[in-house]
Amino acid sequence: MVEHNRNLGADTDANPSQADRGGEPVARPRRGLSRWLRVPLTVEAAADGGVTREEPPSPAPQTISPAPADAASAPAPELPSGPVGDPLGTRQVTPKKPEPSPEGLLSVGVLLQSRYKILGVIGIGGMGAVYKAQDLRFPGVVRLCAVKEMMNTATDPEVRKMIVRSFEREASILATLSHPATPQIYDYFTEGSRSYLVLEFIDGMDLGVRIAETEGFFPEALVVDWATQLCDVLTYLHNHKPRPIIFRDLNPSNIMLDPHGRIRLVDFGIAKLFQSGEKGTTIGTEGYTPPEQYRGVAEPRGDVYALGATMHHLLSKQDPRLEPPFSFKERPIHQTNPTVSREVVSVIEKSLEYDINERWGSAEEFRRALLSVPSAKGLAGSMGDTTNFLGPDVVKPLWRFACEDEVRGSVTVANEIVLAPSYDHNVYALEVDDGRFLWKYATDGGVGSSPTVADGMVVFGSTDGVIYSVDLMDGHLMWTAGTKGRVFSTATPHLDHFFIGSDDGKLYAIHSRSGRKAWEYAAESGIRSRPFVDDHLVLFSCHEGLVYALSLSRELKWRFQARRGILASPVLSEGLVLIGSLDWNFYALDSRSGWTAWKYRTGGPIASTAAVCGDLVIFGSADGYIYALEASGGRMVWRYRTEGQVTGSVTTYEDAIYVGGVDGALYCLDTRAGTLRWRYQTDGPITGAAFADDGVVYFGSGDHYVYALPA
Amino acid sequence: MSGISRWLRSLLAGERARNQETALDGEDDGRPAVTREAVLQPQEMAEVNVQASRLLDVFEVGWRTDTGMVRDHNEDAVYVFTGQLDAIESPSAFGLFMVADGMGGQAGGEEASALALRSAAGQLIRDIYVPLLSGAERGSEQPAMGDVVRQAAESANAAVGRNLPGSGTTLTYGLVAGSRLFVGHVGDSRAYLLRGAAAPRVLTQDHSLVRRLVDVGQLTEAEAAVHPQRNVLYRAVGQPETLDVDVTTLPLESGDQLLLCSDGLWNMVDEAEIQSIVTSSGDAQTACDELVAAANAAGGDDNISVVLVGMNFN
Repeated sequence: MVEHNRNLGADTDANPSQADRGGEPVARPRRGLSRWLRVPLTVEAAADGGVTREEPPSPAPQTISPAPADAASAPAPELPSGPVGDPLGTRQVTPKKPEPSPEGLLSVGVLLQSRYKILGVIGIGGMGAVYKAQDLRFPGVVRLCAVKEMMNTATDPEVRKMIVRSFEREASILATLSHPATPQIYDYFTEGSRSYLVLEFIDGMDLGVRIAETEGFFPEALVVDWATQLCDVLTYLHNHKPRPIIFRDLNPSNIMLDPHGRIRLVDFGIAKLFQSGEKGTTIGTEGYTPPEQYRGVAEPRGDVYALGATMHHLLSKQDPRLEPPFSFKERPIHQTNPTVSREVVSVIEKSLEYDINERWGSAEEFRRALLSVPSAKGLAGSMGDTTNFLGPDVVKPLWRFACEDEVRGSVTVANEIVLAPSYDHNVYALEVDDGRFLWKYATDGGVGSSPTVADGMVVFGSTDGVIYSVDLMDGHLMWTAGTKGRVFSTATPHLDHFFIGSDDGKLYAIHSRSGRKAWEYAAESGIRSRPFVDDHLVLFSCHEGLVYALSLSRELKWRFQARRGILASPVLSEGLVLIGSLDWNFYALDSRSGWTAWKYRTGGPIASTAAVCGDLVIFGSADGYIYALEASGGRMVWRYRTEGQVTGSVTTYEDAIYVGGVDGALYCLDTRAGTLRWRYQTDGPITGAAFADDGVVYFGSGDHYVYALPA
Repeated sequence: MSGISRWLRSLLAGERARNQETALDGEDDGRPAVTREAVLQPQEMAEVNVQASRLLDVFEVGWRTDTGMVRDHNEDAVYVFTGQLDAIESPSAFGLFMVADGMGGQAGGEEASALALRSAAGQLIRDIYVPLLSGAERGSEQPAMGDVVRQAAESANAAVGRNLPGSGTTLTYGLVAGSRLFVGHVGDSRAYLLRGAAAPRVLTQDHSLVRRLVDVGQLTEAEAAVHPQRNVLYRAVGQPETLDVDVTTLPLESGDQLLLCSDGLWNMVDEAEIQSIVTSSGDAQTACDELVAAANAAGGDDNISVVLVGMNFN
């Protein structure tokens, strides 16, 4: 990720003037849009002397292949690569970089040093091209080689000399290397303003091309094999005498696969001799570069990071150059490729630690870790989520109580008493510690609504059309209020009134002490949800998909029509009314105007009420997922897949959320990460919300039980 | 009983509600039935009238864009648009405030920033403001405002990419509808919310390399401020890939101020000084002029743009 017009010091031993000029050159570095204005860096490029270069992106030079170029930007193929069977074709992978001016490329047939005949261009780099050539010294056969060209465009003679020296140093480094993965160097020379390096020609394709051309994912064992080969050559480089070599630009484009499937490293352009404390200023290919390289620190563990980044890209196919920098932690491999074994994922994660001291201490350590994973031995690894998973039999209920019928509504706890509504017409009051029965109140219909506690009384509705208030401590009846429809709605207490709706289409405000109706408001269809009431607003949803916003004096402020019905209750947070609809959407409406601020589409109807925790709004959908969205923008933060529909409402408590599913399980997820902490299986669907208090979570199930589990 | 709660209670019992079918009981406090016809007291009438009051000068706006002390021309651009409906209905104030900082390319950054603003502003006015004026029903048929805010930046990206290849721009904008603010953002220009005496709260995240290095603990803020690659962005309008736009929304309160600025301001003037200048200036325009002067006094290394909007919903 480097600026187009670099303000880089030259190689430290060459031109100190740039680096310690104290300020910056007068020609200010322009902003870099690194991904597509940057040209790849090599030592030679850095030795440009920091001159501001205005390089307009130019269209594809004709000497490259006729493959169609992306209209938006010019193609810039990477270094030695060429698909098998197409000797002169140049790959255009993801056209990201416009290449420099095409003038001066050598044409086919040109002879260098009276010995090397240019056969074609196989790549273009920062300072010049790489050609395929024939070494005529060997008559009667076609002895191929790669000729790497460096254009020396510096005008200052000191700078020119420095560039040539860098080049010769690179050649000398390569000449001393002897490893199956490093290229053989045959020759080097300078002609006029160009320097050349003659290398072994490697017939193969680089991993960048392989990634683009392979559909689907690479087999894990194959990637592990490549990585162990790379660790091996990195160890060799890092142990080089007299001084270790840091590759510094490891990425898929610099790694070739020969026809035998063996790894070959190419482009040692910025491989720099490691001198402790040296602050180099050249930086590798963005995305794969470790953070400390931006502080000028280059050491062997940086190559470990770059290899980890390369493996991450190979296994997940997430290109780090297209993502925000240093976002590996937010983009786990499993996000795109869940088939990778946990063991490999954790080895790679350790290599990608931003803190250099947290990584594998060396390429050798990394290699040993890789060799110990199951897939390296031809075995299958472990799959799936690792964090905090407790099997169902680890969570044991503190108690459970059997009602005579399904518990469909939500339970409530107040004053050490658990209140649970059952479809057997009763509301049960149970002792909090052991579930001991205290009292029950029988209505003439099923109790589908959830009991509300306020002012020492329990208020709930029944399918018999009546709203009941009974004393919290002993269950004796205090008052009733009749409606003309079944009551599934849950009451909301506010300012000495209870607000509750009925299937008769009305929202009632009932005075708490007397049970007298203070007012009623007629909506267009039945109201089954819980209203929201504060000092400014009365919000409620009705069955056919309308959300109403009234002032406390029942003046209609606005109403919102969803495409299908609404069963969920509205939640208010930061001026947004948050509610899901059976039309598959989750809406965030501006509470003052009713306009839609954002909406999020799930894969199925949303029947459950959301919960808000900080900036997260969490809810379940019939598509089987539990979603956590950013309340301030509607972006998905995480989602969790359950085994069936999620129709129960979400409860938040401390740093976890609890929600039941139609599959009968109560899920406990970590709020921030959305990972499963535990799940508890019951024998009936859970459609109500849980209630958590004092370290215990209480809920009812369709299997007739009320449960108390440790939270 | 406090005055307010009594007022609320009388509203609950009162006659202002429409859409009623039956006469209902008032508060049961034992008084005779005649009090059920609760007539609103004059004080209560006045408070009710607040709702029907007219809008005047919801926005107090200032703005300035300046080349700075070092650059030879200005590649920043600024856009401001306000509309207020002055009538007996719920508030319909609308404001659009935008900053763009252009860069690179043959065409020059100034064309990119201008094109991005025109493209995004046009779309937001067409797809949010005009429908608001025509009084659309609230429903799922309406596009969500946050989605339109996002799409405006996406179209600006396509327009710049198509017409000015090789150039790019940041784009940071605030859209106020009623009393809700939406912020759309790409790049390293910034939006701040100034509320009361609290420190300015930045609403956007810089899409810069050094910001990521700070976020992962590899650079301190001080190091980031002088880092040689501090201008390098990983996201900008005009990029060929699909653009990931940051959109956020929050409710505004009367007295709030929105500040938009390019990095020519925040790189030169720290947040404490920004707050002090805004607080001590008499009006938004003076504040903008002073902020630009402060940036120039600190070196003026880059183009400087600033938009300051004060909200008054009363």
